[in-house]
Amino acid sequence: MEQLLALEAYAIFKVIWWILLGVLLTGIGVMVGMDMGVGTILRYVGRTDAERRVAINVIGPHWDGNQVWFILGGGAIFAAWPLVYATAFSGFYIVMLVLLWSMIVRPLGFEYRSKMPSARWRDAWDATLFVSGFVPMLVFGAAMGNILQGVPFHFDWRLVSYYTGSFIELFNPFAILCGLMSVSLAIYMGGARLAAGAGEPVESRARTAGIAGGIGAIVLFGIGGIWADSLPGYQLVAGPAPHLAQTPLHQRVEVVPGGMLSNFEAHGILWLLPALVFASIILGVIALLLRRPLFAWWLGVPAWGGVIATVGAAVFPFMMPSTTNPSHSLSIWNSGSSPTTLGWMLGFTLVFMPLIVWYTSWAFWIMRGKVEPENVAASEHAL
Amino acid sequence: MANDLVVDLSRAQFAITALYHFLFVPLTLGMTVLIAVMETIYVATGREVYKKITQFWTKILLINFALGVATGLTMEFQFGTNWSFYSSFVGDTFGAPLAIEGLMAFFLESTFIGLMVFGWDRMSKAQHLVVTYFVALGSNFSALWILVANSFMQHPQGATFNPVTMRMELSSFGDLFFNADAQAKFVHTVLAGYVTAAVFVCAVSAWYMLKGRHLEFARRSFRVASVFGLLGAAGVLTLGDALGYIGAHVQPTKLVAMEALWETEEAPMAFNLIAFPNQAEQRNDFAIKIPAVASILLTHSLTGVMPGAIELETQARQRIVNGLPAVQALERLSADPGDAEALATFEKHGPDLGYGFLAQRYAPDGDVTKLSENDIDRAARDTIPEVWMIFWAFRIMVGCGLLMLAYMVLATMLSLNRTVEQQRWFLRGAVAMIVVPYLSVEAGWVVAEVGRQPWTVYEVLPTWLSASTHSVTYMVFSIAGFVLLYTIFAIIEVFLMLYFIRKGPDEQIHGAARPAGAY
Repeated sequence: MEQLLALEAYAIFKVIWWILLGVLLTGIGVMVGMDMGVGTILRYVGRTDAERRVAINVIGPHWDGNQVWFILGGGAIFAAWPLVYATAFSGFYIVMLVLLWSMIVRPLGFEYRSKMPSARWRDAWDATLFVSGFVPMLVFGAAMGNILQGVPFHFDWRLVSYYTGSFIELFNPFAILCGLMSVSLAIYMGGARLAAGAGEPVESRARTAGIAGGIGAIVLFGIGGIWADSLPGYQLVAGPAPHLAQTPLHQRVEVVPGGMLSNFEAHGILWLLPALVFASIILGVIALLLRRPLFAWWLGVPAWGGVIATVGAAVFPFMMPSTTNPSHSLSIWNSGSSPTTLGWMLGFTLVFMPLIVWYTSWAFWIMRGKVEPENVAASEHAL
Repeated sequence: MANDLVVDLSRAQFAITALYHFLFVPLTLGMTVLIAVMETIYVATGREVYKKITQFWTKILLINFALGVATGLTMEFQFGTNWSFYSSFVGDTFGAPLAIEGLMAFFLESTFIGLMVFGWDRMSKAQHLVVTYFVALGSNFSALWILVANSFMQHPQGATFNPVTMRMELSSFGDLFFNADAQAKFVHTVLAGYVTAAVFVCAVSAWYMLKGRHLEFARRSFRVASVFGLLGAAGVLTLGDALGYIGAHVQPTKLVAMEALWETEEAPMAFNLIAFPNQAEQRNDFAIKIPAVASILLTHSLTGVMPGAIELETQARQRIVNGLPAVQALERLSADPGDAEALATFEKHGPDLGYGFLAQRYAPDGDVTKLSENDIDRAARDTIPEVWMIFWAFRIMVGCGLLMLAYMVLATMLSLNRTVEQQRWFLRGAVAMIVVPYLSVEAGWVVAEVGRQPWTVYEVLPTWLSASTHSVTYMVFSIAGFVLLYTIFAIIEVFLMLYFIRKGPDEQIHGAARPAGAY
């Protein structure tokens, strides 16, 4: 048994890091997605400058810390899945630039917007806050959509990767559907957050936006599921055992027409994952209708987790299939870091993640309570 | 594989975005610590002027911080987007400190900076002070892990090549972390940040004194910053010397470029104070030499010698010849990891694989058997980086460092005997000094990173192979985008900084009732 465990340890490490990647992506969806949802609906929930400032000040003390989920996501993929980081980020080049450029104006939007009284100045920054909310979440979802379908890339003998598609094809209809689903879920989370943290009239409008976002997310997720059934999947035909060190050059993979959901057909229990998404969001929308926005926000956590897990389960054991040379597809078994790195990183994660959750919670607790328009107006002279 | 122009454009983009990011990082590093010092004085003495000082500099910090965060995002993703082979080849080792930076440092800094700004009236004085210290700690930890990662590129230790997975894999976390280069560079870099913040605060305070505004505020800010800057400047130079000493031994090709050493000289080696290096003919067209100083600086002795560029090139040539069979063996292992003969060859030649890759750049169709003697000479010649640029960047960095040390000595003296306000020439000079730390840190980046060429990971992975295989069109598009965005950012940032400095510290900021926040 011990021997078997030692043999399988590397495979177990890979699976743990695959799950941790899911946790990180969920963290991005929940924490960054919420703030981006607020950015997206800012001009809807705030009709006047004072109202918009209420919305911005609800997330003001936290957006910076939340954004680190995104940065950590990049860093953790680099450390634990270097081949995925290298291949995906370079393959999606123009899309990554669009994501990056829309994201880097966000800190400036928050930080600089209210520093000047001019209406034009503030309108301009509101536009950047919209773009930096909507576009990254669209790209986040579209990336998932492309990973489900596979990406046109291959390697040479040294594992130098070559992307052979155009950037327009990354915005194919299925990917856009996934992108809009991700935007909807972000709006749902942003709406719930504002409904919980802002005073009237922002609160009511945020609730309406949250309900609309939730309904949109369910509908798009359902359509995506039906659509996915007809899309091709990938099957590992031959390759080294999961616990062995390997590269994508060592395996053979075939495309299965209409096989995207074959894992779900083979293991019926996996249907619980999309079911979790539907259940969480439906309950969440009801919670919003019953004016329980904080509860609705918390239901967003299993909703995002369910979405990420559904995608993960559909492509398993792959992480990024190749359409042009399926045998070069990146899988959990061939793109992870060495056991030493995965072990050290797991140790650091186990020590620091609880600390992060603890002090983040403390920060939210310190800043608890509603933001009312008169608070912000009272401090107008100060800014 | 990527063509030469794409590699050059990728390098240019990295240099532009890194140099730009590094305009904001040093000030954040130093300012967070300086603010923590000022707030400590406030909490200890209870004097309101120090609260005003703390809050004003926090406001200036935030304008800077936003751009540091924004441009830092670019850096986190650029390894993957533009250096994809680099990322997959060393990500196992290099990615770890970057991820740990996020876990240990960036979360800490970013979560607490929100409380630092918004939390004044929601916490006790002591709690708020702790929050400020966490922000300072976070930004400094951040620098630590980034420089651990960078030092792996300069002096790769703690990783070994795995011929099955065909990449560098972490073999010792301790060796990666306790890299001598990392330790010296960390202290050198954060202290440079402290000096930058000190010079910045002194410049703004001097401007207020010249205008006769906010005198109480300006005097005290100036005094705290000048003492802080003096300690920092002394430390930067000490650690710079240590770094030079370490670097001389682990990166001899960078050293010959810093000192424009072509021939291997006899002990004690003379120091080129000024030189006009001629790379093509491998000599200096003109040089002013100081006897014996190079031996003292580089080897800390009178009898020490360092090899010159010509000798290093000969050594590199031998390693290239030895490395070529490693490339061929690896190609066979790539298809069949069980090929015992190829593995035996690889074990013999593996340590020079990086040199083999270096020469593969000139191989027709990537086939190293087709390399001519001439091609190998070219590859060997490539191992010496651009001497004139590194030589002069190094002198600019050190010159600025010495100038700042002298300035801080004077600033501290004048400030402590309370005559600084009368010395108007000095105050005007203090305002002008604001550009000097920026010039110095940017030059320092050039020495460290251009001096690393032609490698991304010294002697392990050449730059030409590291770049992503993009088209020239993609690269022109992305560089144009960055230049456009970053230019707009710079204009806004300078405008806001000047606006808030002119406005001055008198207005209450981030005070009053919740949320009275920054937005």
